[in-house]
Amino acid sequence: MKYGMVIDTLKCVGCSDCVVACQTENNVPIGYCRDWVTESVNGAYPQIEMELKTERCNHCENAPCVRCCPTGASHIIEGGIVLVTPNECIGCGACIESCPYDARYQHPGGYVDKCTFCHHRLEKGQLPACVSVCPTHCMYFGDLDDPTSQVSQLLKSRKHKVLAPEAGTKPNIFYLVK
Amino acid sequence: MQEEIFISGRELPKIDPYLEIWHFPIALYLFLGGLAAGILFFAALFTALDKDKQVPAVVKYAMIIVPVALSIGLMALFYDLTHKLYFWQLYTTIRLESPMSWGAWVLLIITPLSFLWVFSYFSEIFPKWKLPFPFLEKFETYLAKNRKNMAFMILPLSIILGIYTGILLSAFNARPLWNNSILGPLFLTSGLSTGAAAILLLSKTHFEKSLFTKIDLGLIIIELALIVHMIMGMYAGSAVQLEALDIMIGGEYTVLFFGFVIILGLLIPAFLETIEIFGYKVPVIIPSMLVLLGGLMFRVIMVEAGQITRYLY
Amino acid sequence: MNNSRRTFIKISALSASGLMLYNYGIKANATSLTANNKLADSAKALNRFPTYCEVCFWKCAAWAYVDENNNIPKIIGNDTDPHCYGRLCPRGTGGVGMYSDEDRLKTPLIRTQVNGEDTFREASWEEAIDLIAGKMKSIKEQYGPESFALLKHGAPGGHLEHLFQAYGSDTIGEPAYAQCRGPRETGFKLTFGAWVGSPEPTDIRDTKCLVLIGSHIGENMHNTQVQEMSECIDKGAAIIAVDPRFSTAASKAQHWLPIKPATDMALLLAWMHVLIYEDLYDKEYVELYGQGFDKLKEHVRGFTPEWAYGITTIKPEEIRKTARVMAEAAPSVIVHPGRHVTWYGDDSQRGRAIALLNALLGSWGRRGGFYFKESLKIPNFPHPPYPEPKWGWHEIGENFPFAEMGITNEIIKASIPGGNDKYPVKAWMVAGTNLLQSIPQASVIEKAIESIEFLVVLDTMPMEITGYADVVLPECTYLERYDDLRSATNREPSVALRMPVAPPKYDSKPAWWVAKQIGEKLGLKEYFNYTDYKETIAWQLEQIGSSLEEMEKIGVKNFPRKTGSMYLKEGEAYEFGTPSGKIEFYSDQLAEKGFDPMPVYTPHPEPENGYYRLNYGRSPMHTFSRTINNPNLSDLADENYLWVNPKVAKIEGLKNKQEVWLQNQDGITSTYPIKVRVTERIRWDSVYMYHGFGHNNKKLTRAHGKGMSDTQLITKVTVDPLMGGTGMRGNFVKIIQENPHKEILS
Repeated sequence: MKYGMVIDTLKCVGCSDCVVACQTENNVPIGYCRDWVTESVNGAYPQIEMELKTERCNHCENAPCVRCCPTGASHIIEGGIVLVTPNECIGCGACIESCPYDARYQHPGGYVDKCTFCHHRLEKGQLPACVSVCPTHCMYFGDLDDPTSQVSQLLKSRKHKVLAPEAGTKPNIFYLVK
Repeated sequence: MQEEIFISGRELPKIDPYLEIWHFPIALYLFLGGLAAGILFFAALFTALDKDKQVPAVVKYAMIIVPVALSIGLMALFYDLTHKLYFWQLYTTIRLESPMSWGAWVLLIITPLSFLWVFSYFSEIFPKWKLPFPFLEKFETYLAKNRKNMAFMILPLSIILGIYTGILLSAFNARPLWNNSILGPLFLTSGLSTGAAAILLLSKTHFEKSLFTKIDLGLIIIELALIVHMIMGMYAGSAVQLEALDIMIGGEYTVLFFGFVIILGLLIPAFLETIEIFGYKVPVIIPSMLVLLGGLMFRVIMVEAGQITRYLY
Repeated sequence: MNNSRRTFIKISALSASGLMLYNYGIKANATSLTANNKLADSAKALNRFPTYCEVCFWKCAAWAYVDENNNIPKIIGNDTDPHCYGRLCPRGTGGVGMYSDEDRLKTPLIRTQVNGEDTFREASWEEAIDLIAGKMKSIKEQYGPESFALLKHGAPGGHLEHLFQAYGSDTIGEPAYAQCRGPRETGFKLTFGAWVGSPEPTDIRDTKCLVLIGSHIGENMHNTQVQEMSECIDKGAAIIAVDPRFSTAASKAQHWLPIKPATDMALLLAWMHVLIYEDLYDKEYVELYGQGFDKLKEHVRGFTPEWAYGITTIKPEEIRKTARVMAEAAPSVIVHPGRHVTWYGDDSQRGRAIALLNALLGSWGRRGGFYFKESLKIPNFPHPPYPEPKWGWHEIGENFPFAEMGITNEIIKASIPGGNDKYPVKAWMVAGTNLLQSIPQASVIEKAIESIEFLVVLDTMPMEITGYADVVLPECTYLERYDDLRSATNREPSVALRMPVAPPKYDSKPAWWVAKQIGEKLGLKEYFNYTDYKETIAWQLEQIGSSLEEMEKIGVKNFPRKTGSMYLKEGEAYEFGTPSGKIEFYSDQLAEKGFDPMPVYTPHPEPENGYYRLNYGRSPMHTFSRTINNPNLSDLADENYLWVNPKVAKIEGLKNKQEVWLQNQDGITSTYPIKVRVTERIRWDSVYMYHGFGHNNKKLTRAHGKGMSDTQLITKVTVDPLMGGTGMRGNFVKIIQENPHKEILS
């Protein structure tokens, strides 16, 4: 069982619904975010290409943030989800330094916080908040180990990429590209 | 033209636009930890080799710095934590993949040890003062007798203390400036060099002075070699490493790095120590203070500049 | 004239000691600032209630969750709702912020003078209602009820419209007509005999070609349209985007036509030419349903792609290619009517050109084109018939023969002495619209406000318009009240319930209550024959075969169609709503009134050297100026940026994130600066910004002074002669890098 996300950049319009939904679902304080949207523009008018995508913690297989955590607060649970136990976190900041995606942040409560793939919703059989709200249906979530799941099918049939593969983290979020 | 922007208003404090999680407290600890590691190493080495009587500054006077340095360093680290009340979680587990965990445990053992070591020399360092309780006098004598055993414990621990911060930083593959395997040995060498400089500063006998001048010079040369090695490695590295190098060479930190660390912190002390060996009299305070300053600045620059470097995607 | 009566009150209201008695619910307002992520536990303690969103006009049905402290942590879409299919847009998801915003209006405010300066004092509802009812009576006695105008938007407008009509006034207008979609409704009505309406009946999910000219779907978050556009992308539909700016839709389009601004009509005419002269149009459809085709054919003979190239800068091959793509996909093709089409003054004709293009492609009434929409008619709660006013919006707009709703700018003009002495307007009520951000020519509005005798504003937030009022009434948000059932047009009729999720915060009240209180004071009790609006909803639901209990459980009820198929059957006879009963390629109606019976190209003014055309549009995270202060949404975007082409940036010496001011052709300078975004996405002759920022009222703590208001710079307006729409895209600005204001602005 390996949870993963597939995001279709051809459909994302950058509305940031995923950011607001995550904020209201997970009580993320105003001024902080667990996920965000980037816009990348290339070319010169009128030959322009633009890519919009939503990013968050990639729940990497080779997570540097888990390796460097001195107390084990950063850990991986079943399904490959990387989580932080707030009461074991001492706030040393090492994991924030170690993330190539800058996906973690220091919560005002003192501990480190980040996307949890809404595992509290997964337990109830629901999808993560961002995936279930996206109005363009550009986000897919499922078991990458299951060859019949939608995410696996998409990865087989469409061209895709991950973020900063050379960082060696083996992320579990894939972006479908043209 | 290329544009790469956040459009969802992401402005995480201390992370956007540049990472700024670690500041002076961390750099200070790195310096103090390295300094303590250097002094501890030499003290333990000389004691283990039964040459401790020849080097009173090493085993007695310089060692006084160590508990002070470690305490200040630990306080700085504690101050830097954002979830302070939970700091004890560090000691509920040993995580072998996390250099910070090694460091936490090593510090836990070596700090009291350094206090005990200094205490074992109490009557030699402060002959005028008398210990208030008889059991303390017995304790001191006991420690003095077991000093060689303490030295054998301290020797490996001091090396770990000196090298683990470098390994810790180099394990962050997300920060290209740090992500090279030279950083560990480099920090160790720098730590030993600052330790030697501190010892030099406090040494009274000619034998110690000349010995440690030579030792420090040797360490500086090794350190220079390692820095050259690191820079060459980054030049031959990937795009992120070249970008990271741009900050140090031809960027915001060039003047600081070359001015304070290389010239003031390494080359000038090396030159001064060389001419000292050839007989010219140089007040020992100059090269040793420069080495200490250089060591501190090196840590500060690495911490600040390293957080600016990041992966391009 | 007493100048100080209408000065914009910048200082904060006097706070009476009585305020302390009100529970502002600060404790209950413990929202996302807590450090605990206890949602999983608190999920058990959450109740959910059905509502439909009021953040924008799409009215997506939703479920709002509330805890025992009356905090609303989360709102999600209703799965069975055809407006949102269970997914709300970012504004709907951020609706929790509208409820929790501490800057909300809390008590009624009445204008008063302290030390010679105008300010507001807090008042009780009784005093405020008495004052308003008293004024309405005196205006009725002195001038007639027709002289009290209502300018409105959204659900609160509906309740107040009922009050005004019972009172005897039909002087009612909403910016949504003359400042937004009026022209396209006129254009389509003249051609197909029917409005486009809202939501637009565009069958995007089944289309094979979506042509967006004047539409930036993806940046405007018309929920169903965005969802369906995504669906049609999955199905491989072709998207043709015509936009001088590289919009999000253009980035997903197979064909982006970077058109020169103000030349869209030429492109539409050229497309018509290609379809007709290359025999690509739907001959059977035109033959069966059209009238006057031959006249159109003759009319577009000269509008070749080569002719259009010189005007639009789009290459002739590109025009031909895209016309062929459209024809290939026909009839499953949509030339989208756009929204906010008030651009250059010939907008009804341009809307008609789009309608004609769709007619040539045969998309109206066809799958993948435009479906025949249907809504459920819900009987009105019984009340006596309304009195006949002597005049109303229709008379005020009589110079515009094809206007079908109140023209706001004409009502404003009639409020100025000498503006329209036949139909003098003496007082206004403004409900649910921030006039100074939605209507251009601020100086005219301010002059009108100074001239009228009384101004009442009903709003949830201290928007700019409240600063001019005599009485400010705090409305509660959509999450705290009952409103009319939503019965909007769609593929299938549906009805959605809005019920209170939490009690009104502070001393705010729903609009139906305000209307009822005023109505009763005016002696119109029979028009408000209920104690709680809930009773009217329950009655209406009984009439349509449902009940309040059922709707509380399901939120949305779908009904089967009664008016026949969504699409025309092959060869089926059909009566269009035009005078001839056919699609009018040539419009006798227009010819009779002296207008062009078929659209022609008119060149529009261009910016001179050193000036750039001011273009503006929507951000997907905000609704107009309404949501800028919403804590969740302002977290996403709290200011707008000025998009500037890199070539322009180089010439003007601008850097990214630099603050600049703008001055338009009439010498109006923006109050606030705006940060520059140097981007390739905008042409070198234009600048672009999101609309709705640059708020001027200090009480909007998150929005005040952030970004720039484009409306402030829209002082030149070209009025559409057919229906009175205000063309706003003809303003040109120059960039000023030094702060042009000497003193510190408040």
